[in-house]
Amino acid sequence: MLSYLSKRLLLALVTLVLVSFIVFLASDVLPGDVGRTILGNFATQAQVHALDVKLGLDHPLLDRYWIWVSHFVRGDWGTSYTLQVPVFGLVMRHFLNSLILGAFALVLIVPVSIAFGVLAATHHDRPIDKAISVTGMSMLALPEFVTGIVVLVLFSIVVHWFPVSSSVPVFSLPSIVRNLFLPALPEMVLIFGYVSRMARAGTVEALNAGYTRTAVLKGLPRHRIMLRHVLRNSLLPTITVVAVQAGYLVGSLIVVETIFNYPGIGNLIYTAATNHDQPVLQAAVFLVALVYTVTNLMADMLYAVFNPRVRLAS
Amino acid sequence: MSELTTADDVLSVSDLSISYRRRARAMRVVSDVNFTIRRGEAYGLVGESGCGKSTIAMAVMAYLADNAQIDSGSIRLLGDEVIGARAADLRDWRASRVAMVYQDPGSSLNPTMRVGRQLAEVYRYHDHVTWDKANAAALSMFERVQFADPRKILERYPHELSGGQQQRVMIAMALAANPALLILDEPTTGLDATVEAEILDLVEELLRDIGTAALFISHNLAIVSRLCDRVGVLYAGRLAEEGPATEVLRTPRHPYSIGLLNSIPHWGATKDHLRLLPIPGDPPAIGQIPSGCAFAGRCAIAQDACLTAPPVLAPCEGAHSLSACLRRDEPAALAEVAAKNMVADGPGPVATPVRISREAVVEVTDVVKRFSTHGTTLTAVSDLSLTLHQGEILGLVGESGSGKTTLARTIAGLYRADGGSVAVGGAVERSRRERASYLQMVFQNPDTALNAKFRVARLLGRSVKRLNPGLSADERHAKVIDIARSVKLLESHLDLLPGALSGGLKQRVAIGRAFTGDPKVVVLDEPASALDVSVQATILNLLVDLQREHGLAYLFISHDLSVVRYLSDRIAVMYLGELVEVGPAEVQVSPPHHPYTEVLLSANAAAIAAGRPRIRLRGPSPSLANPPSGCRFHTRCPRSLGDLCRDVVPPMQNAGEGHQYRCHIDPTTLAGLQSSRPEAS
Amino acid sequence: MSAVGLEATRAARLDSRRARARAVLGQLVRSASFDVGAIIVVFWVVDAIFWHVMVPQDPQALNPLAALQGPTAAHWFGTDWLGRDVFSRTLAGATSVLEIAPLATLLGIAGGTIVGLVTGYYGGAVDALVMRLVDAFLAFPLVIIAVLVLALLGTSEITVIVLIGVIFTPVVSRTVRSVVLVERDKEYVASARLRGEGDWYIMTAEILPNVTTPIIVESTVRLGYAIFTAATLSFLSLGIQQPSPDWGLTISLGRQYLQIAPWIVLFPAIALATLVVAVNLVADSVQQVMAR
Repeated sequence: MLSYLSKRLLLALVTLVLVSFIVFLASDVLPGDVGRTILGNFATQAQVHALDVKLGLDHPLLDRYWIWVSHFVRGDWGTSYTLQVPVFGLVMRHFLNSLILGAFALVLIVPVSIAFGVLAATHHDRPIDKAISVTGMSMLALPEFVTGIVVLVLFSIVVHWFPVSSSVPVFSLPSIVRNLFLPALPEMVLIFGYVSRMARAGTVEALNAGYTRTAVLKGLPRHRIMLRHVLRNSLLPTITVVAVQAGYLVGSLIVVETIFNYPGIGNLIYTAATNHDQPVLQAAVFLVALVYTVTNLMADMLYAVFNPRVRLAS
Repeated sequence: MSELTTADDVLSVSDLSISYRRRARAMRVVSDVNFTIRRGEAYGLVGESGCGKSTIAMAVMAYLADNAQIDSGSIRLLGDEVIGARAADLRDWRASRVAMVYQDPGSSLNPTMRVGRQLAEVYRYHDHVTWDKANAAALSMFERVQFADPRKILERYPHELSGGQQQRVMIAMALAANPALLILDEPTTGLDATVEAEILDLVEELLRDIGTAALFISHNLAIVSRLCDRVGVLYAGRLAEEGPATEVLRTPRHPYSIGLLNSIPHWGATKDHLRLLPIPGDPPAIGQIPSGCAFAGRCAIAQDACLTAPPVLAPCEGAHSLSACLRRDEPAALAEVAAKNMVADGPGPVATPVRISREAVVEVTDVVKRFSTHGTTLTAVSDLSLTLHQGEILGLVGESGSGKTTLARTIAGLYRADGGSVAVGGAVERSRRERASYLQMVFQNPDTALNAKFRVARLLGRSVKRLNPGLSADERHAKVIDIARSVKLLESHLDLLPGALSGGLKQRVAIGRAFTGDPKVVVLDEPASALDVSVQATILNLLVDLQREHGLAYLFISHDLSVVRYLSDRIAVMYLGELVEVGPAEVQVSPPHHPYTEVLLSANAAAIAAGRPRIRLRGPSPSLANPPSGCRFHTRCPRSLGDLCRDVVPPMQNAGEGHQYRCHIDPTTLAGLQSSRPEAS
Repeated sequence: MSAVGLEATRAARLDSRRARARAVLGQLVRSASFDVGAIIVVFWVVDAIFWHVMVPQDPQALNPLAALQGPTAAHWFGTDWLGRDVFSRTLAGATSVLEIAPLATLLGIAGGTIVGLVTGYYGGAVDALVMRLVDAFLAFPLVIIAVLVLALLGTSEITVIVLIGVIFTPVVSRTVRSVVLVERDKEYVASARLRGEGDWYIMTAEILPNVTTPIIVESTVRLGYAIFTAATLSFLSLGIQQPSPDWGLTISLGRQYLQIAPWIVLFPAIALATLVVAVNLVADSVQQVMAR
């Protein structure tokens, strides 16, 4: 178990280093002339050069990467080019907002998705299964902005239940539901698609497994077979999917937050990208990748905890 | 025909027919099967793959696949009808009236639950006792199935147990609620010979003690003859013959039973004295059962009537058994089966065996091969030296994990040795192409050994092209046809994809491919193990013929001692990556031999059936990652001398005639120990 | 030769490869979800090619006097903020996404197949390195990579195609690699080596034909994602540019009229939804039939 964990941790670290390098490269090399971007077309070449020196852009690539990384781990994420505020606070504030929105969606939909997935599996190839599977598959296929637009038209324009644009809720149930429900819906649609599909596949497999046959032919009662033999094994892979989804969620928030004007990290990345705000972009994108890597790591560990084959491996 | 059910009948199956639906077509897999198992009786159901034996077992358990349907018949368990029974009744009967042990214990146990709990569950939900009582019952059951440390086993997860231990858990679980009938579906298939022998001993003992009736399903006649009182021989979904085990196996009254018995090498048979007698052809594909006798197409004594009349089991004259053969009471006709099968198999070998020269075609010197996975290093082959001579068949025996396949692949050049050297044809360093024309290999599973996307003509043609550079297209085509003929394939087979061929035909393609470049050495890695018994004999005969025709050397790997003994001139035995014994085949099967060989010999089902004394292994199988000190076999050796064996690596003893074994006991003493009747174990 | 083989041959006379293709097709046609999906996909493909003759009005024709009108007999789906016919624009809007998505998919499948074959076959250090890179790459949500690159590099149809293709490459390579790992250990590969075949021959002639099924399945799944991604990029104004009638772009621009003229965005949204769902229905059926 320990060797497995340390190995997995090392792997995640390697991935993170690579990730940070990719982020740095993408945002450092791609935009070309940063000084020119900030100062605009009317600045002189000398002014641009002076700014480049001030920003440390005249150093070699690896040096700049090292400077960026060492500052980053100390929480010094630089200053936004366009907003002129410290990046750390800016990114963290937006990140927290996204976290609230994502958590809201996950908590509401994951149990429902699993329940429907299991229901479909126990009615394998029957009408209930077909209905759930096709619905889940369609939900998975729809881009967030399509579902976003549809729910917006339905709930804000046809029936006026929710505001067209959402803000961060204060800590009260009506406020939370009022502000988060609509932007969370497109997310929930996607998650339902993924998680119900995985739960179904896992459960179908477990139902057909040799150990389930053994359990049935031991004459055990149905509830015991389902809970202890089928679900205990089938929901294991689903855990991983939920975690991976939690990571991806942050990415798909770009679209949702844009539609609903919600001040989250996706919104921030989109604005920073269009404004070529390099420090904000670097920090925000790296944070997203970090969250993804960490949730994946946690998923694997959770899997290991629940799976004796991994847990007890020496 | 259905028999009257009596109070003594535990199971009575009558007129049972089952089909599978596939793409809106019904395929009959079991037709009009009748048999009865009485209290305390062990009934063996024998047949090759696809004959419907497992389907019958699942029908008895009322656990058929969703696409299976019972077309007719009845299954009575202690007098109650199983077909169409209420779910609640079924739940009640399972475990307490009928329980089952499966072929693959690894996947039949819940991987996320301790095995003790899985056993205790049966008590908890059948006897409605508290968990404490259930756990106590589980412990005593584990004692009964002879676990060395039952308390520890309770706490284990399935993946922490060996295959043999897992099967013990399954047996314990099946017997937990004292069923009237125990179904064993190939319970030892996939286990090593020594483990198989232990499990069968256990089953034999438990059945005798508890008095449970058993339905024993197997493809292995030797096992069935050892355990069962009565036997049913199943062919293509129908019972061909049924009766007392001794009668059916000694004086069979159906050409299929006769063919099956002739296909397996008898204990002590060798290729130079006796040719195997295979059944020509292949069993019909699943669902393609003809209207008349399904066996007529392969039967040497079939008549016109056989093609039309559906076969019915009927009593044989002067015997207790029933046979479905129309000619069951014509001893002369039945006696012809063997002779005619021999003719159908082909002209037979070149009369004289190949002369074995002293010239080494493969010379293995101190070879080491390691694998590292997940941070641990396994030494699969350690310091092994072995010579293969021109024209000889060297049999290589060992259980799973002994390193025999690794050695074969290292010799073939598929693995690079981590130490020592392999000289092929006198040279250590050879290019891929040079090695290819000198040495070829045939693998166990023809399904994966042939590229499924290539037609037979291309499979053979590509090999001809690579191994015979300089041939024109016409010459290559002629050579392909030549090779196809030499492995008894038809020209029409050349246009087919492997998927359209039976297992036996596929293996012939693979063998033909190995011979395209006229190699000097062919490595055969269990070439017949994946095939049905009747087909296996055809392949073994073909291999003998080819060897004599081409005069080349074989390295023949098998876990089946009777087959190795039948085919080989010399035998090498491996244990935990080491060569423990090598010597002429006829010398090696009589004492003295390495104690491990002694155990292997005594575990061989054919040898047990032939009444040889039993010697058992002690202790669990050690891991390759952490091999025992001194003699690697000392932890399990029945002849261990204690400290000496534990601490000191034994020398190679020379027993004459090129017979060597690795042991501390010298040949004379060992021969003395092994000739005397071994102490009862 | 024995009479044995004759019988077996007769039973297997069927040309098995063509028979399998026919069986797969037959099973597909019998699946209702495949039929529905295929009909919708075919409709949109035909529309993408022949929309010129299908539209009742020029999708670019401005008519400021008739702007923001709801659905009428003259304008079935209403008009947009410039008075253009939404019905005609919806029909014309299929072209861009159906140009980008298949090309991007093709690119991703080709790249992923090559990378997957090579890493899976050779294994070892190269494999470990490439797979770490793939891991790192997959740590970014696809849309974020696209936003990053397109915002910084600027956009064009070619850029979008190449970008989606490149983003798909590691995903596809993972799938291909996993099946190649299984095939590589089968004995037919060992036997090819034993007759002295080169690595390139083994990869392309022996292994590749045996991994086509998962590659076909992956292609259909990827096509759905490609449409999804291309439309999302258009929606974020990072893909197709004005005045194209592209669905994603139209939805993005029409959003500000949502409260007064929801039909401007609703119909392209429905059109896009039918296309992606249909492609996924097809992909799902293909996957199920191929898995058998």
